[in-house]
Amino acid sequence: MKTDLSQLPTTLDALHLVLALAVFILLFLLVLVLSIAVIVLLKRSSQPARVEETPPTIKPQPPTAVKEKPEPAAPPKPVILREPTPDAALQLLGLLQGEARFIDFIEENISAYSDADVGAAARIVHEGCRKILKDHFDIEPVRSEKEGSRITVPKGFDPAEIRITGNIVGQPPFQGVLVHRGWRVAKVKLPQLSEGHKVEILAPAEVEL
Amino acid sequence: MSDEKRYAVGIDLGTTNSVVSWVTLQQCEGEKAPLEILGIPQLTAPGEVEERQQLPSFLYLPHEAEIRPEDLVLPWREKVDHIVGVLARELGSKTPIRLVSSAKSWLCHAGVNCKEPFLPIEAPEEVPRVSPYQASMEYLQHLRDAWNYHHPDDPLEQQHLVITVPASFDPAARELTAEAARESGLNNAILLEEPQAALYSWIQRTQGTWRDQVTVGDIILVVDVGGGTTDLSLIAVTEEDGNLQLNRVAVGDHILLGGDNMDLALAYVVKMKLEQEGTQLDPWQIQALTHSCREAKEQLLADPEVTSAPVIVPSRGSKLIGGTLRSELTREEVDRTLIEGFFPIVEIDEKPVSRPRTGLTTLGLPYAQDARITTHLAYFLSRQVSAADELEDIQLPENARFIHPSAVLLNGGVFKAELLSERILEAVNHWLIRDDAEPARLLEGADLDLAVSRGAAYYGYVRLGGGVRIRGGTAAAYYVGVESAMPAIPGFPPPIRLLCIAPFGMEEGTEAPLPPYEFGVVVGEPVRFRFFASTIRREDQVGTLLDQWREDEIEELDEIEITLPPENHKPGEVVPVKLAAAVTEVGTLRLEAVAKDTGERWKIEFEVREKETPATTSSSSTETPTQIETEMEQALENDVQQQTEEPSETKDENPTAEATQDDDKKPAFWPFKK
Repeated sequence: MKTDLSQLPTTLDALHLVLALAVFILLFLLVLVLSIAVIVLLKRSSQPARVEETPPTIKPQPPTAVKEKPEPAAPPKPVILREPTPDAALQLLGLLQGEARFIDFIEENISAYSDADVGAAARIVHEGCRKILKDHFDIEPVRSEKEGSRITVPKGFDPAEIRITGNIVGQPPFQGVLVHRGWRVAKVKLPQLSEGHKVEILAPAEVEL
Repeated sequence: MSDEKRYAVGIDLGTTNSVVSWVTLQQCEGEKAPLEILGIPQLTAPGEVEERQQLPSFLYLPHEAEIRPEDLVLPWREKVDHIVGVLARELGSKTPIRLVSSAKSWLCHAGVNCKEPFLPIEAPEEVPRVSPYQASMEYLQHLRDAWNYHHPDDPLEQQHLVITVPASFDPAARELTAEAARESGLNNAILLEEPQAALYSWIQRTQGTWRDQVTVGDIILVVDVGGGTTDLSLIAVTEEDGNLQLNRVAVGDHILLGGDNMDLALAYVVKMKLEQEGTQLDPWQIQALTHSCREAKEQLLADPEVTSAPVIVPSRGSKLIGGTLRSELTREEVDRTLIEGFFPIVEIDEKPVSRPRTGLTTLGLPYAQDARITTHLAYFLSRQVSAADELEDIQLPENARFIHPSAVLLNGGVFKAELLSERILEAVNHWLIRDDAEPARLLEGADLDLAVSRGAAYYGYVRLGGGVRIRGGTAAAYYVGVESAMPAIPGFPPPIRLLCIAPFGMEEGTEAPLPPYEFGVVVGEPVRFRFFASTIRREDQVGTLLDQWREDEIEELDEIEITLPPENHKPGEVVPVKLAAAVTEVGTLRLEAVAKDTGERWKIEFEVREKETPATTSSSSTETPTQIETEMEQALENDVQQQTEEPSETKDENPTAEATQDDDKKPAFWPFKK
């Protein structure tokens, strides 16, 4: 059989036609298989990726894991600050206004009045506030010692109850002078409120008929 | 179910404040009984409920648009129609036309029907009124609900319950109080006199050592000055089988004079001062002034060093500083107004005077005209000079001008001021020294504000056998008016004789014998008797007929009334009856008409006070009985035949109409044969 590479067929014979068809079919098949393979690979890559990853984090090298433990705790926890309900605060303001005319007094510009006038009004406010405090709170000093006396702040004291100031060095127990006895509310007895009571009205407007 | 009653509960149903105390019976031992005070939930502002030891005895009738309905709540009720307690007093200070106060004083007020709604007196037409009886009932119901709220498993209806009344309450007022309790479901309530309750409280507080503080032969004077009333009692200490006995031997008259009058008097002193400076006060400011004067008074009386205390009246508007009035109360003013005005040192033979009414009085209630408490006290002690004569252990000198108290027990917030308690003792000792007697001493350890309710709770326990009991019985003898056979003289009231039907000192649960006199009563028609009481005549027995008596010995009460139901009788039939008196276990007087032949019994009612509306003066009340008498006189001359025909004239009228038209009224009873 003689092969002449410079010669190109001039007519399209059956053999070439079959060959060309076969080439096209094979190409098509190749594309199809490749694309399927890619899809399968993509799908697979999302799932087994974790399965493959997790074991290494648990298993690898126990000695290093112990060393690194303080670090994983570090990620910041969301801080929860309590939102005070305004009801009790408004209620107390209402009580102070009702009994002691508290809002009236504070809202007034006192610079225009003489000390005697302010003093007269202050008596009402003082007497009323005192009554409200006495009626609704049991208030007692945190420390019963005399102010100015030396006291010992024990180990494990509650900083909420005792605030140490000044030369804070070393470890408790601390020795120091009681500057302020502090106040603690032992009991709160606020009035109960009806459902739908408008606490934001501290004092209603008064209209005499 | 013997352990059903776990508590003994005492209710002080006061004129201005009510208090509930209680003891747990299981914790009591001998004379030791731990007492507790009930926190009473009440409205303190619209929509605000708070517990307080005292429930102010005020009732406010709000306008429907005045307060949001959802703000009128109590822990046990979603919507209240009438406000009781702190908020009632608060709202009433600015809207007096809707405030009911001093309901209790009305209960003992002659000439008013206490079940007729007429309070508040100044209320305009459209304000729905309530009766003093209903107001008392609402206070009781509030206290009952407060108790049941705290003790859902032990309702008040099932406890030993004691309600206090003034010692000076007449039978009608006691009956009304007991009835109000019954209608509130408190069938278990019994009554106790307030000065006795104060003494019980003192006994409880001494925890058994009271026996060291009093001895046989002592006479204890109890002076109870409340917010609106002054109540006096004498208690004698005797011995029986080696044990000390307490005997309540006398009680005083109903004196409408109390601590509130004192604060008001001081407020008027300051008001005069302010007016001289050219400041006019409106009624609201006087209220505030009274409040401020009370504080100033307490300051001055507590500390003898202080010479004056400031009195401040806040402005009503929001400008507190600019509009505030300032004055002061000096020691001299307090001395003059309080000490000399209410507690002067008088002589023992002085009597309370009646003089033209001053600014202290309020329309309606018969407030005491003489503000001098010491004078009332002197009069009481002189009148009761022979109160303890029957007791062997009590010895009084021959020439004694008054009964000599050897110990004094004070009660009421007024006496928190030592100056005033010393003053009372000083007055008593002044009289005693003049009579060459030993000075009296003050019994220590009294709880001035809460003693009455505490004593009542303790009494509830004592009744079960836990401690010494004060012997009392009725503090008065009771009489009905009987027409005398003498002919009437024109221009003079027809002579009347008094038939004793209940003697002095009847014990609870006892019945007096039937008096030997009969009355003819017309069936189906209300019949009235004039009714009298004496707190002095101890010797009169049932059936005693008095022709003569001193004016200060006998006091006329409201008439009593009986209507024989026409069940077993024909209307118009005349039934001969006798009047029977008994003292119930509750502590009220019960009068009954007993048919002579069949032994049937009918209750005689006290509440026949509907002769007038409270706004009118009391002058006409004396006319009504007189007219009945003159008609009775004629009736005596008529024969029975005519009598039986007459009822048809008045039969259809209701009692009120009948009472106001006395001219048409024919007598319905007369003394049968004597």
